[in-house]
Amino acid sequence: MATPVLDKVEAEAAASDHLITVTFRVRRFNPEVSADAVWEDFQLEIDPKERVLDGLHKIKWDVDGTLTFRRSCAHGICGSDAMRINGKNRLACKTLIKDINPEKPITVEPIKGLTVLKDLVVDMEPFFQAYRDVMPFLITKETNEPTRERLQSAEDRERFDDTTKCILCAACTSSCPVFWNDGQYFGPAAIVNAHRFIFDSRDEAAEQRLEILNDRDGVWRCRTTFNCTDACPRGIEVTKAIQEVKRALITRRF
Amino acid sequence: MKIHKYDTVIVGAGGAGMRAAIESTKRSRTAVLTKLYPTRSHTGAAQGGMAAALANVEEDNWEWHTFDTVKGGDYLVDQDAAEILAKEAIDAVLDLEKMGLPFNRTPNGTIDQRRFGGHSRNHGEAPVRRSCYAADRTGHMILQTLYQNCVKEGVEFFNEFYVLDQLITEEDGVKKSAGVVAYELATGEIHIFQAKAVIYASGGTGKFFKVTSNAHTLTGDGQAAVYRRGLPLEDMEFFQFHPTGIWRMGILLTEGARGEGGILRNKDGERFMEKYAPVMKDLASRDVVSRSIYTEIREGRGCGPEGDHVYLDLTHLPPEQLDAKLPDITEFARTYLGIEPYTDPIPIQPTAHYAMGGIPTNVEGEVLSDNTTVVPGLYAAGEVACVSVHGANRLGTNSLLDINVFGRRAGIAAAEYAHTVGFVELPENPAEFVVSQIERLRTSTGNERVGTLRRELQETMDANVMVFRTEQTIKTAVEKIAELRERYKNVSIQDKGRRFNTDLLEAIELGNLLDLAEVMAVSALARKESRGGHYREDYPNRDDVNFMRHTMAYREVGDDGAESIRLDYKPVVQTRYQPMERKY
Repeated sequence: MATPVLDKVEAEAAASDHLITVTFRVRRFNPEVSADAVWEDFQLEIDPKERVLDGLHKIKWDVDGTLTFRRSCAHGICGSDAMRINGKNRLACKTLIKDINPEKPITVEPIKGLTVLKDLVVDMEPFFQAYRDVMPFLITKETNEPTRERLQSAEDRERFDDTTKCILCAACTSSCPVFWNDGQYFGPAAIVNAHRFIFDSRDEAAEQRLEILNDRDGVWRCRTTFNCTDACPRGIEVTKAIQEVKRALITRRF
Repeated sequence: MKIHKYDTVIVGAGGAGMRAAIESTKRSRTAVLTKLYPTRSHTGAAQGGMAAALANVEEDNWEWHTFDTVKGGDYLVDQDAAEILAKEAIDAVLDLEKMGLPFNRTPNGTIDQRRFGGHSRNHGEAPVRRSCYAADRTGHMILQTLYQNCVKEGVEFFNEFYVLDQLITEEDGVKKSAGVVAYELATGEIHIFQAKAVIYASGGTGKFFKVTSNAHTLTGDGQAAVYRRGLPLEDMEFFQFHPTGIWRMGILLTEGARGEGGILRNKDGERFMEKYAPVMKDLASRDVVSRSIYTEIREGRGCGPEGDHVYLDLTHLPPEQLDAKLPDITEFARTYLGIEPYTDPIPIQPTAHYAMGGIPTNVEGEVLSDNTTVVPGLYAAGEVACVSVHGANRLGTNSLLDINVFGRRAGIAAAEYAHTVGFVELPENPAEFVVSQIERLRTSTGNERVGTLRRELQETMDANVMVFRTEQTIKTAVEKIAELRERYKNVSIQDKGRRFNTDLLEAIELGNLLDLAEVMAVSALARKESRGGHYREDYPNRDDVNFMRHTMAYREVGDDGAESIRLDYKPVVQTRYQPMERKY
């Protein structure tokens, strides 16, 4: 039970008047006002254990209501608030102020490679189109559906467990240098979602999906820079999944 | 302004909306309107599982499930609806498996099941393994699987479209649904969706509380839209406080943690639930556990320097079990609290979680305009609706079930209805209300801020209508809400633009929250008994003689334009179960 570590955590948390001053340096863009994007600084009093999202809300609710960003669940499940924080793709709701050196200005800008529409909001449509293009749904050829559930061993279920965690936040795809330079590339998220079905023992359309990803804009564009794996807020081994798809294309084993 | 015509329009793209869409798209021309993107919906935050008496791991049957649901809801459940829920649960789970949902598996390869609060063998004898799950991200997998199947079926989505008004036209003395008015976030354009059938599946209202597991976007937009048009809201005083939210933040830690063997402890390390629920212990129903936690805190046995929380202890469970069965919630503890659940217990407190009440419907999902009359063309399913399968307190895993069973039913019923009728004529000047609402907010020069009013609302709701309520605290809330509604007239926004104006939408959402908070408080004030999630310290007992009935709240507007709430009541449907004393 209660260890000294925990007592410390609780004592720190109880001292809730422990606020620090931080600077949020936010990339602003509103085409209704100006064609150019600019950096704007905001000084905030904030508890360092709060999230970057809490800081953005403080700005929006108390200082400048025009600051625009997407968010919903606020705990890393819905995938709305992927943004570049101090140059790295993260979810604003899963990044605590204390973990990103609040001594220096915290830079917040939109994810890259997708058209910026306003402030931190980007056009997600190309991202979701790539997802839809890999046929992200179970395909079976059986003519008679089983009455009960299909059987699947725990091992077969485990085979694609990692890639079922994807929340389609686009942190991986928009951290990929290949995607930045070539918007036609499917990008890591679409490949992760193809992987989720290719390696599902119940699915019977792996060949079709592999052919889609064998395209010139498919998996072969990946240069294994691991940016995607570093960016994934769900801890998915994205690069590994892409490599497994490449291997399956060569060996036709999955 | 654009006008669209569809057979069926679905408002919301969470579990209920997408389950409905899969059915209605096969049968009718369907549009799904969501203020987010479908995969951002809060169904994705559900963790622990979906109940169904599959009996894959031990003896079980749908009748036991029905009984548990009725008892869990403290006998305010409509028993005919609960029976449908429990019976259709089995196919609902199997359908999801066939759509591709990656459930955890037993050694035999069948869907694995685990224990959950309030679910028991043979009418309360012992906990039963009834929850079908995918680690602790079952809601995520349901949301993803349903979206995947919507892609497969070619469902037409309108993303980031906020539905702000329900259109009703009177034909031959009958009020019928004519469609909805929506606001397109990207452009600020107003769209009229004329539809033969409209299904609300827009989720809950939890954001009027401060400590809540709910997303920022759960602002009761669907409930508010129909309520404003004179339709009733049912049982709004019943709100569920989930026992295990992360201390101060409210982030949900699944009941599955206790299903896997986790234990609640007070500052003395005592497993206090043994005192309050000798049989089910930590797996008693959520209202019981939340009250027990606050009783411990009030009696000085809370943890931490301020004694304001208790512990969820998982330290006796093997790390491999936590990694395999509870990976997300253990990660939440590490990320947000900086503690290691392998070795340290997790500080928790009850968190506002789920609205049992909502838009009244029958078991086909048809919306009611009074105790019995159906509004032709109007449907609702999921948390926005009140069927009522949850009564005064929902059992864990019954909401993921509800959205699948009643989402499917509403989708089929709406699409089939759409085939039998023509379009209902739109009211004259259909966008009038929305246009004037937006213009008022955009041009207001008042001195009130959305953020300030919302904070004050959340604080008064947490302080006065949470787990424990009295006449005095509820009256305090009613007065405060009235004050906030008055001040809301002076709200102004800073963003006057058309493009992605979330400042404007947050102001509208706050208006919805204020309307619904008032309904909740007024309904709670009138219910002078304690039942399920509604606990009145001044009336600590359940009163079946006077209050075994559903509250129906109507918005009334006087000749002078003054608004008020009229309360009426609706009988509970009882089939096989007589009310008994509720013990766990």
